[in-house]
Amino acid sequence: MPAPQCASCNKARAALRRPRSGQALCGACFCATFEAEVLHTVVAGRLLPPGAVVAVGASGGKDSTVLAHVLRELAPRLDISLHLVAVDEGIGGYRDAALAAVRRQAARWELPLTVVAYADLFGGWTMDAVARSTAGSGRSRSCCTFCGVLRRRALEEGARLVGATHVVTGHNADDMAETVLMNFLRGDAGRLARGGGLGSPGEGGALPRCRPLQLASQKEVVLYAHFRRLDYFSEECVYAPEAFRGHARDLLKMLEAARPSAVLDLVHSAERLALAPAARPPPPGACSRCGALASRALCQACALLDGLNRGRPRLAIGKGRRGLDEEGPPREPQPSRPPTSQPVPDF
Amino acid sequence: MLCCRKPTPPSLLEWHSPSEQDLQGPQGLPLTLGDVCLWPPARLPQSDTEPAEPRTRDQKCVKCKEGLPVVVIRAGDAFCRDCFKALYVHKFRAMLGKNRLIFPGEKVLLAWSGGASSSSMVWQVLEGLSRDSAKRLRFVPGVVYVDEGAACGQSPENRAKTLAEVKLVLQTTSFPWHIVALEEVFSLPPSVLRFSAQEPAGTEGAYKAAVDSFLQQQHVLGADGVERQSQHCFQDPHSHTGPPTTAQTQALSRLFDSVKTLTAKEELLQTLRTHLILHVARNHGYSKVMMGDSCTRLAIKLMTSLALGRGAFLAWDTVRLQTAQGSPRRQGELGTPPVVRSSRAPEKASIHRLMEAFILRLQAQFPSTISTVYRTSEKLIKAPRDGCAAGPRCLLCMCTLDVDTADSATAFGAQTSHLPQMQPPVAQAGAAAGPCCCAGMGGAPGCGRREDPRAQVMEQLCYGCRVNMKDLPSLEPLPPYILSEAQLRSQRATVEQEVQEYLLGDSEDETGTGES
Repeated sequence: MPAPQCASCNKARAALRRPRSGQALCGACFCATFEAEVLHTVVAGRLLPPGAVVAVGASGGKDSTVLAHVLRELAPRLDISLHLVAVDEGIGGYRDAALAAVRRQAARWELPLTVVAYADLFGGWTMDAVARSTAGSGRSRSCCTFCGVLRRRALEEGARLVGATHVVTGHNADDMAETVLMNFLRGDAGRLARGGGLGSPGEGGALPRCRPLQLASQKEVVLYAHFRRLDYFSEECVYAPEAFRGHARDLLKMLEAARPSAVLDLVHSAERLALAPAARPPPPGACSRCGALASRALCQACALLDGLNRGRPRLAIGKGRRGLDEEGPPREPQPSRPPTSQPVPDF
Repeated sequence: MLCCRKPTPPSLLEWHSPSEQDLQGPQGLPLTLGDVCLWPPARLPQSDTEPAEPRTRDQKCVKCKEGLPVVVIRAGDAFCRDCFKALYVHKFRAMLGKNRLIFPGEKVLLAWSGGASSSSMVWQVLEGLSRDSAKRLRFVPGVVYVDEGAACGQSPENRAKTLAEVKLVLQTTSFPWHIVALEEVFSLPPSVLRFSAQEPAGTEGAYKAAVDSFLQQQHVLGADGVERQSQHCFQDPHSHTGPPTTAQTQALSRLFDSVKTLTAKEELLQTLRTHLILHVARNHGYSKVMMGDSCTRLAIKLMTSLALGRGAFLAWDTVRLQTAQGSPRRQGELGTPPVVRSSRAPEKASIHRLMEAFILRLQAQFPSTISTVYRTSEKLIKAPRDGCAAGPRCLLCMCTLDVDTADSATAFGAQTSHLPQMQPPVAQAGAAAGPCCCAGMGGAPGCGRREDPRAQVMEQLCYGCRVNMKDLPSLEPLPPYILSEAQLRSQRATVEQEVQEYLLGDSEDETGTGES
């Protein structure tokens, strides 16, 4: 059966159907529509004011590649300037290849690129070293807990280095849906309260962050990358199979099969979750060591690094964090608890 | 195939019999639990490497340290029969007592589906009312059973058979009981959709005062005087006599057949069932409805609601109709009774099924999942108790509308996006081009074309109900009370807009049917 006409320009043959609406579009019109929608999100959400210096978190993966490309297209209209900031977590065999992709992109698009490495920022701790340090207890290594916290810190550092005013990341609607499922399953009321918006305005000296692709479905991101023939790195991180997020991701896939709008429905739920006043976390203060935004005496990054440096990597993972500021008796881990109960903080 | 919560007939009758029902659990350990039939048999603790059997054989009950354990809950707590019963009963009473939602002497309607959870709730109430006066439960219960055979496609013979068995059981409870067929939604009045502001639950002082005065009353009247008078076993005198007409049954079948997805069918069934129960409650002076949802079921419901876009109402959904939750016993290893659902539809079929399967699987791996989800829900904002409608309410679920304006930078905006998809690229950033009404979701309240009845109804629904209604291609098979209430509200809104400039202050103090 020949493909129908593009519903938009009515000239070319349609090359795809949009996953959400089923509308048939040709490649060019789809890309244009996608870009228009991202532009709308940024403008309607007032995410990037004119004159902003935007640090794009670039991992080499499809989301950040598409994000960088779209923002580059929209940059003249929005009157913003872009810098790519890539984070090298020190995961052998994986990150090097991804960084190579980022370098190619930076060269092709003529965007300035800054690479920040965990090893430099965090006293020699690479993710591989963290994984080795946390292995061997018979439970999962909680690599993603460390990596998420440290990566956001690294991104912030990189953004400051280039003098950025805003940080953007390529999280898409599927990511947001997985996050709300995950946070609910783990009972993370604090993150449930903070998440759901389009980003954070930047409290306590942190740079404002946003996610322009937040309302775009993952499938469309992939389609866009395909039609624009973007070069990105598509392998999964070697530690990813251990993450709790995998459960949420599997669930989301199933839900989407039963009801295609499930992803947006979850995002809507996330936007509307209301915590009772008693359960809301207290307003955050500053970390006593590094001055960053923190809801306790030590920010999570400092706390995690502290644990690592003391040879007790799980110190900051779990409730109570006893023994951080003074030596306390090591707590007996309970076998029935989920492997990580300190998930990645809201960024 | 739509699922109906129908028990298998043997367990329905035997749940109340005093004789012991031997259920063979795994490894041949007996799971008799006296007159409470718990199904499925408790699963022994999950352990990948070691068989559970030797461990359990050596264990004694963790409570009394004497009896042989028959059931294991949580992560390895073994209980003997009597201790488990005591624990279970205690949890139920503690939930009622802690919440203090039910005042003494109040009429409470128990929603019984025939399944294990609601059956055990009814049993708990029975047992609680029959205790000596110091510990007796102090409310006046009635039981309602909704016959959903038409929605499940049950044959008339099967329906009659089930109903006969149901009646037998209901008669043994000695509570006033009501059997309603789902077809009766076609004769519901539109007033059932109107949210009646409940009086606030009151302070602790008010609750204590109520208990004290009730006890005094009892003392004067004699212990049995006040309570027994309404406990006859009689059928609801106002109920429509006889079974529903064929026309009604056909209309109901037509309605459910016209729904395109199983998810939407299950949601529609729940909505109609809720309206029906609410109607029975209001008609007979019940001020509260008690549902028999276990903790597991609640956790699943919460996650399902989240996935359906009802994140704004999670607290409300678990305290629907100002109900007290029936015993949210932590089922631990007991799990939700899958056998209660008679349908054989695959997992993929609906959000509800998927979520249930997922939660139970995850619970096996992380035993604290269900309690975590339940605890998280407790941190959510409770339904507003001040009784004022903060804004327009959803036509179907009576929750405050949670929709954003079209084209906002939100999930709702993304679905009602009217961005120029019909024109070449250069976006008119921020400007909502094109007409304000689109096929599925409808615009924000107040900006839809009033002539289109479907848009009229859609804009009175919350986000979650709108998504469901998208799977209903035509609103025509819906019961008339929904459509006429929708029209009424729409008309009222139009009229209000016309006289808006002359109205002073809050015009939401309607007392009954609105006329302006």
